[in-house]
Amino acid sequence: MGSANTPLATATSLAIMTRDLNLWYGDFQALFDVDLDIKSGIITALIGPSGCGKSTLLRSVNRITERLGYVRTGGSIHVHGKNILDPDVELLQVRRQNGMVFQRPNPLPLSIRDNVTFGYRLHREERGRLARAERDRIVEESLTKVLLWDAVKDKLDQPAIELSLEEQQKLCIARLLPMRPQLLLMDEPCSALDPQATSAIEELIWDLRGEYTVVLVTHNMAQARRASDECIFMLMGRVIEHSDTGRMFVTPTHTETADYIEGRYG
Amino acid sequence: MFQRTAVNERNTRVQMLVRLLFGMMTALLVLPVLIILGLLIHRGGPALSMEFLFDEPSNGMTAGGIMPALVGTVWLVAVALIASVPIGVAAALYLSEYAKDNWLTRAINLAVINLAGVPSIVHALFGVGAFVLFFKFGTSILAASLTLAVMTLPVVIVATRESLQAVPQAFREACWNMGATRWQTIRKVVLPNSISGILTGVILEVSRTAGETAPIMFTGAAFFLPFLPESVYDQTMALSLHLYVVTTQVPNVPEHLPYGVALVLILMVLALNAVSIGFRTWLRGRKKW
Ligand SMILES: Nc1ncnc2c1ncn2[C@@H]1O[C@H](COP(=O)(O)OP(=O)(O)OP(=O)(O)O)[C@@H](O)[C@H]1O
Ligand SMILES: [Mg+2]
Repeated sequence: MGSANTPLATATSLAIMTRDLNLWYGDFQALFDVDLDIKSGIITALIGPSGCGKSTLLRSVNRITERLGYVRTGGSIHVHGKNILDPDVELLQVRRQNGMVFQRPNPLPLSIRDNVTFGYRLHREERGRLARAERDRIVEESLTKVLLWDAVKDKLDQPAIELSLEEQQKLCIARLLPMRPQLLLMDEPCSALDPQATSAIEELIWDLRGEYTVVLVTHNMAQARRASDECIFMLMGRVIEHSDTGRMFVTPTHTETADYIEGRYG
Repeated sequence: MFQRTAVNERNTRVQMLVRLLFGMMTALLVLPVLIILGLLIHRGGPALSMEFLFDEPSNGMTAGGIMPALVGTVWLVAVALIASVPIGVAAALYLSEYAKDNWLTRAINLAVINLAGVPSIVHALFGVGAFVLFFKFGTSILAASLTLAVMTLPVVIVATRESLQAVPQAFREACWNMGATRWQTIRKVVLPNSISGILTGVILEVSRTAGETAPIMFTGAAFFLPFLPESVYDQTMALSLHLYVVTTQVPNVPEHLPYGVALVLILMVLALNAVSIGFRTWLRGRKKW
């Protein structure tokens, strides 16, 4: 991270700072002048009706959107002070440091252990084999952090695909941790899970708070309310309101926000 | 309340009829294969013996064995495999994992598919022009195998692409989202999960070239050459051509001899197929999804 060309003094204390962020899928504009200041070390929920651009916003912070050839992005996205849209930014580092978690758990077709070390191996400096001691330490640390260690410590060599969905989702979070991500970007991480698994994941996200900056897209108002510090409400590609979660749910300042929270939108 | 109604009757009848029809079609498909195989075993079986496999032809190819042809076919197929598999697999990897989905890629894919339909005699002419004359390999195993390789490249590419496309896209995305390069993704996830399909498809396709006659006839296979080849620059006999020769070109061949040659050729292809299927089963067993 180069702090030399920090544009604003406050920028570094912010995990994500977007200015005039506009994004087009071909001719279709999905994001309009998004200006966001997302604080470091807390959980920020991203809510809004289907199609309002939540996933698009999240994906642009990981620059996955660029994989589609027809996407154009304007403006800036500073992550801890560095604009990730700058030409000197290494895309692979952006993907590494801004970890993504998806709606459907997507473990790789490998053993549980290899899933955890996968990302780490990708970015390792040394060439040879990963020493067993180092590997075991990474696996235990990461799985412990996602509250999965006790459940899987005796079957680390089994295929990850055989785990329950909840465990798979935890594993998908665990595999990001050895890469030392700065952000955890989660796109509806619970919507494929049953209520019990949902609260387990929420608990985990809450545990990660402080150490990691979490941005959590959710359709579940109760979840946003329970599991976030701040909340962003989006509508039709624009940010309508961004405030403390407690305040947003009790005294929203915009009528659209109030309408959405009370379930008057889709 | 759960009684059978007239509608159920009718639907069941139709379904039985359809099933019968499809079954008959299957039989129609399998029957000729069984008949051919049976005939070959019946007529060619008596010809099989150690001498038949390990002796040279004698008496103007009306007696003796097929050793040089058998060894020659193994050479031809092996060299063709060595040449076509790396190129075909690499090309398929490029087309399906790297190339953008634009008109050029689509045009190349279309060309590859059409190339698979080019008659083998055309490949033979190409082989003569390119490998025998232009590259000056002469009529040799090398020229013949390269001709076979060119002929099978399209099918190798298609078989490989199909196996690659059977790997769920979600796996690739998971890798890319962690900052894996294309190559890391291919090496660690895509290939391990498609290699069994690739190898099976490839071996199947290439083993079919064991039966090809036209492409090797002018490029490296000899009518009669009672020595074993020593390098890829030698000419060689081959089972397919030998079968053609003893069936049509040589008078007074005992009846069982051509059938014996055909039987050996078929058994060889079957053996290759069995190997590739066994290989696939083994690799499948190690899969993690
Ligand atoms: N790959 C794409 N190509 C073209 N348009 C897209 C693409 N992805 C999303 N869009 C459009 O961009 C808009 C925002 O989509 P996005 O997926 O960000 O919404 P979302 O808020 O995440 O919705 P949901 O709650 O349903 O997940 C939608 O109108 C969608 O149709
Ligand atoms: Mg979405």
